[in-house]
Parts: sequence; structure tokens; C-alpha cells
Amino acid sequence: MDADYRRRTGRIFDIQKYSIHDGPGIRTIVFLKGCALRCQWCCNPESQSHEIETMTVGGKAKVIGRDVSAEEVMEEVLRDWPYFRRSEGGLTLSGGESLLQPEFAGALLRIAKESGVTTALESTAFADFAVIEREILPWLDLFLMDIKHMDSAKHRRFTSQGNERMLENARRIAAAGQALIIRVPVVPTFNDTPAEIAAIARFASSLPGVTRLHLLPYHRLGQDKYERLGRRYLLPDLLPPPQERMELLAETARAAGLTVQIGG
Amino acid sequence: MGIMGRFYDEDIKKSPRIDRLISHLYAKMPVIEADRAVLLTESYRETEGEPVILRRAKAFLKICRELPITIRPEELIVGSNSIAPRGCQVFPEYSWEWLEKEFDTVEKRSADPFYISDETKRRLREVLPYWKGRTTSELATSYMAPETLTAMKHNIFTPGNYFYNGIGHFTVKYEEVLEIGFAGIRDRAAAQLAECGLGDPDYASRVSFLEAVILSCEAASEYGRRYSVLARELAGRETDPARRAELTRISEVCARVPEQPAASFYEACQSFWFVQMLLQTESSGHSISPGRFDQYIYPYYKADLDAGKITRESAQELLDCIWVKLNDLNKVRDKDSAEGFAGYSLFQNLIAGGQDAEGNDVTNDLSFMCIEASMHVRLPAPSLSVRVWNGTPNEFLIKAAKLTRTGVGLPAYYNDEVIIPALMSRGLTVEDARTYNIIGCVEPQKAGKTDGWHDAAFFNMCRPLELVFTGGRESGELVGVETKPISEMRSFDEFYDAYRQQMDYCISLLVNADNAIDRAHAERCPLPFQSCMIDDCIARGKSLQEGGAVYNFTGPQGFGIANVTDSLLAVKKLVFEDKKLTLEEYREALRKNFGRGLGTRETEDLVAQVAGGMSAAGQPVGEAEIRAICEAVRKDPVSPAEKAKYDQLLDWIDELPKYGNDVPGVDAFAREVAYLYTKPLQNYRNPRGGIFQAGLYPVSANVPLGSQTGATPDGRLANTPIADGVGPAQGRDTHGPTAACNSAARLDHMIASNGTLFNQKFHPSALSGIEGLQKFASLIRGYFDQKGMHMQFNVVSRETLLDAQAHPENYKSLVVRVAGYSALFTTLSKSLQDDIISRTTHGF
Repeated sequence: MDADYRRRTGRIFDIQKYSIHDGPGIRTIVFLKGCALRCQWCCNPESQSHEIETMTVGGKAKVIGRDVSAEEVMEEVLRDWPYFRRSEGGLTLSGGESLLQPEFAGALLRIAKESGVTTALESTAFADFAVIEREILPWLDLFLMDIKHMDSAKHRRFTSQGNERMLENARRIAAAGQALIIRVPVVPTFNDTPAEIAAIARFASSLPGVTRLHLLPYHRLGQDKYERLGRRYLLPDLLPPPQERMELLAETARAAGLTVQIGG
Repeated sequence: MGIMGRFYDEDIKKSPRIDRLISHLYAKMPVIEADRAVLLTESYRETEGEPVILRRAKAFLKICRELPITIRPEELIVGSNSIAPRGCQVFPEYSWEWLEKEFDTVEKRSADPFYISDETKRRLREVLPYWKGRTTSELATSYMAPETLTAMKHNIFTPGNYFYNGIGHFTVKYEEVLEIGFAGIRDRAAAQLAECGLGDPDYASRVSFLEAVILSCEAASEYGRRYSVLARELAGRETDPARRAELTRISEVCARVPEQPAASFYEACQSFWFVQMLLQTESSGHSISPGRFDQYIYPYYKADLDAGKITRESAQELLDCIWVKLNDLNKVRDKDSAEGFAGYSLFQNLIAGGQDAEGNDVTNDLSFMCIEASMHVRLPAPSLSVRVWNGTPNEFLIKAAKLTRTGVGLPAYYNDEVIIPALMSRGLTVEDARTYNIIGCVEPQKAGKTDGWHDAAFFNMCRPLELVFTGGRESGELVGVETKPISEMRSFDEFYDAYRQQMDYCISLLVNADNAIDRAHAERCPLPFQSCMIDDCIARGKSLQEGGAVYNFTGPQGFGIANVTDSLLAVKKLVFEDKKLTLEEYREALRKNFGRGLGTRETEDLVAQVAGGMSAAGQPVGEAEIRAICEAVRKDPVSPAEKAKYDQLLDWIDELPKYGNDVPGVDAFAREVAYLYTKPLQNYRNPRGGIFQAGLYPVSANVPLGSQTGATPDGRLANTPIADGVGPAQGRDTHGPTAACNSAARLDHMIASNGTLFNQKFHPSALSGIEGLQKFASLIRGYFDQKGMHMQFNVVSRETLLDAQAHPENYKSLVVRVAGYSALFTTLSKSLQDDIISRTTHGF
């Protein structure tokens, strides 16, 4: 890797500080723009397109997306170094799909590691494993990987992509010895039956070294963003899964021998 | 740190007695009682012409002998200032006319109402007129320069606390009372008295003072004995054998303390309580703070626990009883002050954890039990604080965070790593600095050695900024200093310099006011009882008010840093750099309150103008006319074009970076702005031989004083709250708690040695689970690593607060952190409630 990694540029749409539900300690999340999936429940619809776009915020047009260098981003992120140090927290990359900008994502993670803070990545692993292995894994402490469904056809229907590549990558990432937590967005009508969750849990527990599973209940906090982007929300009548349902699914998943928590 | 098992940090079961004590305490509206005022006046009438210090002591003795006493149902710790639960006495020696004026309204006012019976009114009316011309408040006024009085009339600052009430704001040597009793202190004073040389230059004042101390010690001892007798009488009549045994025990305990040394944990607790309540009988000063309770009570706890005389549970019950009793004390303030200090709070600050004189961590089991007690009672008092330093055990911080999570607004967290060097920079020895505690809201001092005058005034830093726009004049009067007209200012430096001049001048007036009040207290209300428990009064032979303490300070608070910073930067950028508008246009926008309806002051000025014009023209100007003009003026419709112009200006302001968002350039400027207050102030001295030291916090005065402030260039509308403490302006921080913390930490907290206040509001979800608690603790550690001084948290949801506002009857016990203290939300004024709700909620 050349020494110019600090000046690599990429496209982000948000930096969120004091994030306490996405990895250990106090973390700052950098959201990279652009995703290969189009999950119908996505709570960050502004993350999906790689293009810079306009969203109405508080009655005013706001530009979503900016091109920045890795060191610029990390200067902002490392302002919270005192809290990272005290909590063993650090940088989390999210999106969008960070792996669509692998060199940039890798540069961010590398600067973070060099500054002595921990790194995490929230991703569906939708990329070539070779790229992941080269750009990401050397600088990554914790991979928070989304697995949404074991049935590829249903996966495709709800997210626009099949799941083969993700499952394959999950196996290879785990085999590489990467610390890995599997996260499942629990979406009613899509994957909220015990059978569907159990299938994911069984897969997760088959991955070497994987012991933990997070069940993330569907929420509607992103719904109004669709309107503000001039888009239509495809699941207007969907209700978040009740707590009892989540408890039941967690219990089901535990049967696969995993440590399961509800929420991040 | 954090070797598990070093401390007992488990929950301790709450005795069912505690909730019953609380129910009894809060069953009715608090009551004003006349007895103290009557006894005081009778005594003063008998001692006309005697030295004032002896008159004070004799009055205190009479009050201790004759004030009606009571033991409430099921109490284990006894001693009340009033017969009615949460009742209060009257202190006419400080001021009283406001109370007489409020006789018929005090019961119905929105902030801190009190019931007052016709009989009480009658008894008070007989004695209050005696105090005409004899109060500290009147004497202080006579000592103030005319310019000072003008500035106060225009609300540049308010020294209201000490202007109308006692001083308070100290911690006495509780440990000495526990150790040697008032008998021991009396003996010390007697020994000093015996040593007074007949030829000593201060023989007269020294002898009077020491005699006053001896009388005060006798007064406190006698007060305890009266409770012993009462408890014995009640025990004789009691039919329940369990309660009879308790009363008998109370009688035995009170027969010994506070006169004799405490021989047990129970006696230590009771002796502490007598001291705490009697200090608040002697004077009406608030913020009389128990301080390091976990340290001076611990030896008694440890001895009795080891000897098997008490259990953790029985000890916890006694602590809980003290916690309840701290809420039994009360004070009636005038209507305006009540709004500023809302919540019936007396700011009795009790602190746990921290270091000893040699720098060792001395967190102990009792430190944990103090937190436990606050969890059990969930009441505003005591203002519980914890000391945090690099050696603070993690489990202690987690225990504290658990209390924070309950939403009770406690504890407040203090950073030893800033406060200790800050105090040393003010002349404290390293040993004294390491053993500091907190007074009232956020003010550090060395207990038993300090007269800190910690809440000496509130100084609104936005007002001198307003004066820059008007060249120092307001409503036709010269209030500030005459600075260059804004039309002639050619650079931001000139503007900034004018602000500095206004600040310097207003600060000098503030000092003038405080020193006048200081002098008045020394002359009219020296306090022998409190003085006998603070070094070096007995050795020096003079009271605290006359400079008897080892350390003397005056600490007035500045606030509005965020608004002034954002304002100055807006002027710099929009006027001088981008030239988007002129200073005159900016002034017009402020006068017109950005087209959002005129503010109070502009309305009053216009009404006066119009009315003046009418009467000059021979037209009648009665109340009806004034009201009509007022109505017309207030609406003052701006044209659509003007409105659009102001909207544009507000948009420009909105887009500028603001303090509170971790923008280094902005925060560095805020640091300079804070220096405009903190640096000049430390050059002044007070009449007790000490220096002035700044604090940076408004308690809750940012709301009432904001309501007296016009629109400011940061886009803040007229009459709305000023920013709270060293935090960002309301709604201006948009990058979460760490960014706000980083901004606040960029201020120089060390120089603000009278305390800084940083409020954060959290939703409980941010503290869920042990992980949430740990992350919360890390946030505090991270802020403190960057030399922040203090942090406190409201953990409630916005919805809860809105619902509490709509249905106060369902939320009688909802406690929120208002400023340096917790208060019951439903007792706060509507505007203060709105302010709390509008503060940004972090951590979803």
C-alpha cells in the first residue's frame, strides 16, 4: 500500500458521534454513501445512491453526500479520542455499503488503527473477498455483518440481491480469523418467523469463531426520509415487531448455541 | 482500577419507614411560621445598645430555648425548624418588606408557593415594622454607588442572594462537633477568652465574640436537650412498644448530643443533623452544605459495624432518615428569586468519594451508601455530588451512574484533577485543596476554613453586549460606559474593544455591589454559631462575616458565554467580513426582535415615548390609554419586506458554526470571551481580606434574567432564556454529547475556580444495561481528561416532561436537575419547564 492512503478520497453522507449501540465503547460512525442493495425497510434511504442528492430537512433543501479525504474524516473522528480511550471505543464504518469504496474505507480504518483506536465495520460483505482481505481485514477489529435471510430468492425479492456472495464471504471472513458478529434486521413479513431466524442462527453458529448474534428489530424512524427524498416508502403499514416476538426469536436463535442480544 | 469486592456496592433494602416519612413530609403545602421572627424581635428589643455579636448570640439562644419543637411520626432523626412539615421561618433582619407585600399572594404564586395563616400574618405584622431601617439589605443599599444602583435597576447583574438573605454557602467542621461536642468548642472559646490580654487592641471585639460563641454553644446544647425531654414525654404516652423503644432511644441520644462527643453511629448522625438544621435557624443563608459526610461519619459507622452494634441495613435506614430530613428544611424567597431558585431548594450539597490530604483515594462503603440513600428517597435534597479523579474506583462511578439513570438528576460529577490545582492557584495548601468539597451548586471550597461567598451575584454577559449597540445608554439613561457609536466602528476589533470596555465597567459595579453587601452583613448580622465551627474565627476572635475565616473569597457567576460567543462571531462574519449588513441594520433587527414581536424593553420604551408625546400634547394618559398603546406597540407589524430581511438574517446566522459543536476556532474564541469575565474579576478584593474569583454558571437564573434581555446577534429572541452554564445555547448543539463536551472543555475551567456548570440531558436508553452505564462513565472520564470541571445530567424523555407539564398531578415526584441542583419538575415555573424541555436531548 502506498503512503498516499491518507489522501484517498471517498464519498460520505454523515458522521455520527457518541454512538453506543454499534460496537464496543463510545464510537463515531462514518456513513459511506452508496449501496448495492435496496432493502425495502432501509432506514437510511439517502445512503443508497452513490450520487450526491438533495433531501428536504426542516423545510430546507439539504445536500446529502460530500467528497472528503480520509485524513479530513479522521481528523473529525479523532476529536473524540478521549472517549475512545476511556471506553475502548473508536471508529465504525457504516453506510450504505462501505465495501463499494474499499480503498477509502481501508484508509479510514488504517488511520484509526494507527491512532490507537478500535475499528468496526457494519456491512453486508457485498464485495470480492480478495478486496476485503486486502483493504479491510488488516485494519479491522470487529466485523458486524448483516445476514438478512437464508433463502436467496426471498432475499432478492426484498433487497434486490441474492445472498450467495454474502454467505460465501461470511465463511471466508470467519475462516480468516476475523472477529465477527452476525446481525439480523428483524423485519415482519420478511424474516420474523422462528424458522427463518433459526436458519440464520444455524448458519451463524456454523461459522468458525462466531458466537454472537444481534437481532435488530425493524423500526420506522427512516420512513419520513423517503418522502423528503421524493421517494415512495414500500412498507407504509409495517409495524415494528413487538417485544414478546423479539424475545421468542432470541430464544429460538439461542438454541443454535449463540449468545443473542436484542438491539445493537 | 476497580478490584471487585473492595467495596460493598450491592443494593441495600429500603426500610418501609422511609416512604411513610416522605408521604408525611409532602402531604401538604409548606407553611410560613412566625415564631422565629417573633422571638428574634423580642430578643433584639431586650438587647438594644449591646454589641451586635452578643445581640445575635442572645437572640439565637432565645430561639433555641423557645422555638416550638416537634417529633414527626416515625422519625428516628429529630429536629425541625418548623412545626409544619417543610415549613419555614422568617428572617426579617435581612429583609422583610417583600414578604409583607406578598402575604396575600404567596400561597397562589406559581413558583414555590407557601401557605400563611391569618394568625401568622397578624403576629408577623406586629414585629416586622421593628426592622424598618435595621436590615442588612437597607444598609447595603446605602453603601452602594449610584451607578451600581442604576446598573442593577437595568438588570446587568443581580446580587439578589445576599442582598435580601443571609450568606450561607459554607461547610462547617462537623467532624469537630462529633469529636468534642459543643461542650468542647465552648471550652476552646473559654480558654481563648481567658487568654485575652486586658491591653490587647482588639480586646473589646474579641471578648464579645468569644462570649457570643459560648452562648451559641449553650444554645445548641440546650436545643438538643429539649428534644430529649420531648422524646421521653412522647415515649411515656406511646402505646406501640416498638415506637416507645425508638423514642426512648431518641431521648437517650439527644440527652448527649450535640453537647457531648458522639459515642455511636446513631449519635453521630443525630449530632450532624442538629448542626445542619440549627445553622439554618441562625440565618437564612442557603447552600449550607454537609460536604464530605462519607468521610466524617465513616469512623462511627465502621466502629459500630465492627462491634456488631449496627447492621448495614440499620445504618442505611438512619442515613435515609437524614436524607428525608434535609428536605424538611425550607425557606421562603421573594417571588422573583423563587423563580430563579425554583424548587424549594436549599442546595445542601453532600459529596462522596475523592482523596485525603495526602492524595489517597478514600472512597468507602459509606460513599456507596450515600448514593444508595439518594436512590431510596428520590428527593431533591441533598444535592448529592461525587468526586472523580484518575484513581476513582470504576465501581463507584458505575454506582453513581445507576443513580443518574433513575432520572433523579443526581449526582453531580466533579473533577479533582481540575479543582485541586484551581484551589491551589487561589492560595489553598495542597492538603486543603485535596480535601475540598462542593458548596451549593458547583462551588469548591475547603470545609471549615472558608468564607466563600460563592453565589455572590449573577452577571449576565449578554447585557454589556446590548450596551455596545446603544453606546452604554438604555431607556434614556447612561447604564454602562460611553463607547464609540456603532456607526463609527470600522473593524471588528473596535466592536470587540467596546464590549471589553462595557464588561470591565459593569464588573467594577458588580464588585461595588458585592462589597457593599459584604460590609452590611459584617456590621448587622455577624453569626457566632456558624463562626464557632469555622477556622480561624475562635483564634482570631472574630466572626466569619468580619473576616474570621482562613480563606476568604467572593465568587459571582458570569453566564451567557455561548450566546456572546455566537453573537460576536456573527457580527464579525456578517458585518465585517462578508459585509452582508451594517451594524446599524443589525441593531434595528435586534430592536425589532428579528420581526417576531417586540421584546419587553423596546415595548416599554416605545410606550413611554408615545405616552410622553400625548401628555405633552395635552392629551389624557390614563391606565386605559397606556394599555391601548402597549397593545398597539407590541404588535408593531413589520412590513413583509422587513420580515423577509430578518428571516434572511436569521438564516445567515443559522448557517454559521456555533459554540457547542466541537469547532476548534469557535471554541477558542469562547475561551477568550470567558476570560473577559474571569480575568478582570480576579483583580478585585473584598472587605474580608480575600479576592474575587469567577464562577461560570447561572443556577437557573438564565431563564428569569433571559426574560430581561433583548434579542442578541446570535439569533436568540428577546426575553428567551440565555444559555445554561458553560453549555451551548439552547438547540444550537447538533453534534451530540461528545462534541458539546469537547467545546465546553476548551474553556479554561481552572481560572473559574468558583465553579463551572455543564448540564447534559440524556434519555434513559443511553444508560441501559451495564454497557450503557460503562459508556456513560467513559463519557464523564473523557470530559474530565480534557479538564472539564463538572457535569450533571437530566435523564428523562421529552415526552415524559411534556406529559408532566400537561398533567402535573401525575408527576408530583418527578425530579429534574435544574442547574446546580435537583427540583421537583411540577413546582417549576412554566418558562423554566419549557427551557428544560427545549434543551437538546442526546443519546437516542
